[in-house]
Amino acid sequence: MAEAVKTSDAPQEVLLHVEGLKKYFPIRRGVFQRHVGDVKAVDDVSFDVYRGETLGLVGESGCGKTTTGRTIIRIYEPTAGHVIFKDQDLAALRANEMREMRRSMQMIFQDPYASLNPRMSVLKIVGEPLEVFHLANKEERRERVAHLLQLVGLNPDFMVRYPHEFSGGQRQRIGLARSLALNPDLIICDEPISALDVSIQAQVVNLLEDLQQELGLTYIFIAHDLSMVRHISDRVAVMYLGKIVELTDRDTLYAKPLHPYTQALLSAIPVPDPVIEETRQRILLEGDLPSPANPPKGCNFSTRCPQVQDICEQEEPPFIEVEPGHLCACHFVKPAT
Amino acid sequence: MTAQEMPMPTLAPRTRRPPNWLEAWLGHDVYRTVKGLVTNPMSVAGMILLGLFIFIAAAAPMLAPPLPNADPYNIPRDGYGDVPKSPGTEWKSRQPPLPFWWKAVTGKDQWVHLMGTASGQWDIYYGVIWGTRTALFAGLTITLCGVLIGVTIGTLSAFYGGWVDMVFMRITDLFMAFPFLLTAMTLSAVLTPRLGKGLLAPMIALIVFSWTGFARLLRSDILSLREREYVLAARVIGVKDTRIMFRHILPNAIFPTLVLASMRIGSYAITFAGLSFMGIGAEVGFADWGQLLSFARDWMTQLREYWYIVMYPGVTLVLFVLSWNLVGDALRDVLDPRMQGSR
Repeated sequence: MAEAVKTSDAPQEVLLHVEGLKKYFPIRRGVFQRHVGDVKAVDDVSFDVYRGETLGLVGESGCGKTTTGRTIIRIYEPTAGHVIFKDQDLAALRANEMREMRRSMQMIFQDPYASLNPRMSVLKIVGEPLEVFHLANKEERRERVAHLLQLVGLNPDFMVRYPHEFSGGQRQRIGLARSLALNPDLIICDEPISALDVSIQAQVVNLLEDLQQELGLTYIFIAHDLSMVRHISDRVAVMYLGKIVELTDRDTLYAKPLHPYTQALLSAIPVPDPVIEETRQRILLEGDLPSPANPPKGCNFSTRCPQVQDICEQEEPPFIEVEPGHLCACHFVKPAT
Repeated sequence: MTAQEMPMPTLAPRTRRPPNWLEAWLGHDVYRTVKGLVTNPMSVAGMILLGLFIFIAAAAPMLAPPLPNADPYNIPRDGYGDVPKSPGTEWKSRQPPLPFWWKAVTGKDQWVHLMGTASGQWDIYYGVIWGTRTALFAGLTITLCGVLIGVTIGTLSAFYGGWVDMVFMRITDLFMAFPFLLTAMTLSAVLTPRLGKGLLAPMIALIVFSWTGFARLLRSDILSLREREYVLAARVIGVKDTRIMFRHILPNAIFPTLVLASMRIGSYAITFAGLSFMGIGAEVGFADWGQLLSFARDWMTQLREYWYIVMYPGVTLVLFVLSWNLVGDALRDVLDPRMQGSR
């Protein structure tokens, strides 16, 4: 497994190192809840996140993007693997130690309508992290919340209001303010814009970018919208059926995708030019996403790959560094030697 | 452009109306609930009826003053004859004191059986008035205890999950497996010799079998809320489990249980009356509507003549249940997320 993947020549500090992360959800049947199998939502995923960058995590629905994010932050207990963050293995921490680590690692959720407690005012919602860590008294909390609301572009006077009084974009800003309350280093953005209108999406993405510059944040940006990922990410990881199939910097990925799945995925992006759009070659994948409870033998993508060979159905391709900073898991993508 | 300089022109709040003092004091959700209750005609009707019952219960000593040195909950009786007397018949023996308003309203000095007497010469009016207290007390106490037990078990079950959940839910199933009225009757009959005849035995019997619905309902609501994103968000922030339960989950999960409880109060009162009717509830002569109805048993075939022995306690009982159901129905409508607009 390749260690440091560099996007520039300057050595970068690895903020988060994920290695061999697995999350299996057990399938239980019968009266005695017999363990009959696993849904392999995340199956041996490894990557690094550098300080200050945005790592995009893309893939179709059900490929394990969200589960990866949630397992890193220990909403789900990892089945196996290591998550090294600030010299500590998050996967091995006890619950109360993990609680301390949450101060430097936060998350933004997909559905702004479900991610805010409807019975709490904005002041309570945004101030709760400060309250549970006893970081501020009531007065200071109010001040800090006002500051945070300003930071995300909301009027501080709104803090007495309740979530249902806000629009989707405003609620997402509230969620963002909450995740910023503890001054985290890393924010996992779990499809933060896919529930929003297109016009609002741009606002929120710009806000995320501004905050990143201003506060030196690092993002893991989970999304299925490839153009949005292209806009915001420094590097992109493509996931398929619980595994990362390709990981490289944004420009390389969009210019020269190596994995057949990435190629198919990118060819699905519509081009806003009718002339090109008409003649454009699209790679159409056949069949459906296999069940993660019963993944195919060999390469996960072998059932739908247009370039499938015998070896694909026998052996699982290793995830190797094909060229500096470009990792890919395919039998037919070999390092240029 | 930095974040502070972000323009915020498009971010007008959806509602401009500032919260009034009542809303500020009650909190938004309670305010909306109360507002929904007082603007719904059905619930207003229910609350007026309910208010009437509460007034009757509170003013019982004024409406029907008891005999001096006698337990007010014992219905006074005018002799021992079997044949009911019709409403308006004058008291002959052991007449309780006149209420102060009687002379002013009728100009007479003679206290009459306002609703007649039942078999055994029990005064129906006294039974209905003082029985209101019994019905309210029994309905509220049974429901309150049932809700407390149910909420405790439902919360523990959903919170710990695993085998704790398994054990609690199987116990709940066990209690639900028996027909409610039959087991309550049996238990009441078993408890009565031990606890003495009175309200305690039938109430305990009903409480023991009343909590199951609340426990199950609350458990399922908690389980569905537990995976909500705002609960996950609270965990990500580092909120401890107990605080998540009490601050984030229970306040959102408790309302269906409260609605169920408000609708059950009436039905527990009627079940309690049923136990009394069958003679395994309150002792004979205790002011209770079911008791009054049981005095009518021997005259069921001649209701054309003795209608009042069934009519007064029966109608009161029906109205009592109706009032709770109306309030409960309205409460359910108000709290139904689909009726709340977007949130």
